[in-house]
Amino acid sequence: MLNSSLAQLGVALRAKKFSSAELTQLYLDRIAKLNPCLNAYISVNPEVSLAQAREADKRLATGNAEALTGIPLAQKDIFCAKGWLTTCGSKMLHNFVSPYDAHVIEQFNRAGAVNLGKTNMDEFAMGSSNETSYYGPVKNPWDTTRVPGGSSGGTAASVAARMCAAATGTDTGGSIRQPAALCGISGLKPTYGVCSRYGMIAFASSLDQAGPMARSAEDLALMLNVMAGFDERDSTSLQRDKEDYARDLVKPLKGLRIGLPKEFFAAGLGADVAKAIEAAIAEYKKLGATVVEISLPNSKLSVPVYYVLAPAEASSNLSRFDGVRYGYRAPEYGDLADMYEKSRAQGFGAEVKRRIMIGTYVLSHGYYDAYYIKAQKIRRLIAQDFVEAYKKCDVIMGPTSPSTAFKLGEKGDDPVQMYLSDIYTIAVNLAGLPGMSIPCGFGANNMPVGLQIIGNYFDEARMLNVAHQYQLATDWHVRTPNGI
Amino acid sequence: MPLSADDIKKVASLARLAMPEAEINAAHAQLTGIFGLIAEMQAVDTSGVEPMSHAQDITQRLREDKVTETNQRVAFQAIAPQVEQGLYLVPQVIE
Repeated sequence: MLNSSLAQLGVALRAKKFSSAELTQLYLDRIAKLNPCLNAYISVNPEVSLAQAREADKRLATGNAEALTGIPLAQKDIFCAKGWLTTCGSKMLHNFVSPYDAHVIEQFNRAGAVNLGKTNMDEFAMGSSNETSYYGPVKNPWDTTRVPGGSSGGTAASVAARMCAAATGTDTGGSIRQPAALCGISGLKPTYGVCSRYGMIAFASSLDQAGPMARSAEDLALMLNVMAGFDERDSTSLQRDKEDYARDLVKPLKGLRIGLPKEFFAAGLGADVAKAIEAAIAEYKKLGATVVEISLPNSKLSVPVYYVLAPAEASSNLSRFDGVRYGYRAPEYGDLADMYEKSRAQGFGAEVKRRIMIGTYVLSHGYYDAYYIKAQKIRRLIAQDFVEAYKKCDVIMGPTSPSTAFKLGEKGDDPVQMYLSDIYTIAVNLAGLPGMSIPCGFGANNMPVGLQIIGNYFDEARMLNVAHQYQLATDWHVRTPNGI
Repeated sequence: MPLSADDIKKVASLARLAMPEAEINAAHAQLTGIFGLIAEMQAVDTSGVEPMSHAQDITQRLREDKVTETNQRVAFQAIAPQVEQGLYLVPQVIE
């Protein structure tokens, strides 16, 4: 059961081969067994999950079940879920039991999916290794001395270790794709605006986007079918017709034009990663695709631009955490300003404070034009590079991350080194394009390598087709860590 | 524009983050490194380029000005650090 696809689980549940309660219990047992080592979940609530499963079983019995009814999923702890502790990986929200559901959670509830628990993450999604979580780092199931990537590291580890059937993540600068790559699973960040941000705790609002993380492209399509959709409560949610993201999975790839950005294969890319990516491209040629070299000349600026824009938006978004209405309040303080300053200093971790400081500085009087506006202008140049590139190709491919999973603590004291691990993913967020990562082999120390597939706006169905056809021809995505 | 230790204090204060003297030097060193990375932007000619604030240059949707949420005051106040008679309590601000 643990290695069945979501579609297979759905068929078995509807045929009463086993119940949702049994399946949920199976995953809860695995979580109980593996979580003390991997730390992938921040909270589980077996009674609540099993009650949801029993409701799903009733619905399955009536015959009006949907594709994901009764299937146990994990939710990144950035999504508010009513009655669930929702921490966003921070001490600031250590006691925040959400009074409402995020839109994404509502969609899963409507579909009858079971919530297994809330997965660990970098604090406020700021990090690429899961080491900034107040609840301790997540361990990579392929090698527990290594990071799972971040910020959706708990989700990535839980999918890789079969501690859920599939799960959600969010991606502001690579937070779905990079951990998917480092844990050997598949992950998709949709076009900005496809999934509602309502109830998803905000980091950088113009970049944040929710998406699915799972074991295959086919599973991602079923997940996205539930997650996507217009929501009035998010002013950037897009009004579009409902799509079936699985509709093109079976199309052959003959004639597909793959663009390879020369900047993604230059200095800085690990030789082991390059080798796996080149082998994947060769496989695509066998499947009938053609390859064209493209250039994204401004993509090298995406890291500096991102570290102006994302902290600027974060400094504004995180001003709401003031110890007044919810979350952490310092035990001792003097006047109101002292209460704010102490609550925030004690409630936020070092990386979050660092980014709030950067953001506050670049938005302050005298620096706004030189940093913030300048970064927004270069953001446009980065987005225009993609418009030019898509005149020559249908999808863009390259590495997701310059290296495989690094050791816990390896980049601890050097924020700049950590930031550079997202060098291939950030441009996609700045442009608002959809991007995904799928497993395509193993690199140094036998750790997984991820192939990044970047699509044009709203081209998720085609990207899933491109990924699925590769997964039919290869078996990287079904490999499991030792002992799992 | 190199950052000074005084800038760090000023920014911490603007961001409402208490920062003990002992942490200022470390914060200064790390932010200086990050702004070294950010400085790469200054070499780019952006004359005539419009700033991009949204991924798809879409104007924000407007909605009718009507009540859409139900009153959840009790639920919201149940998770507040300190409330009294339906009000959020903070240290006294008016003498």
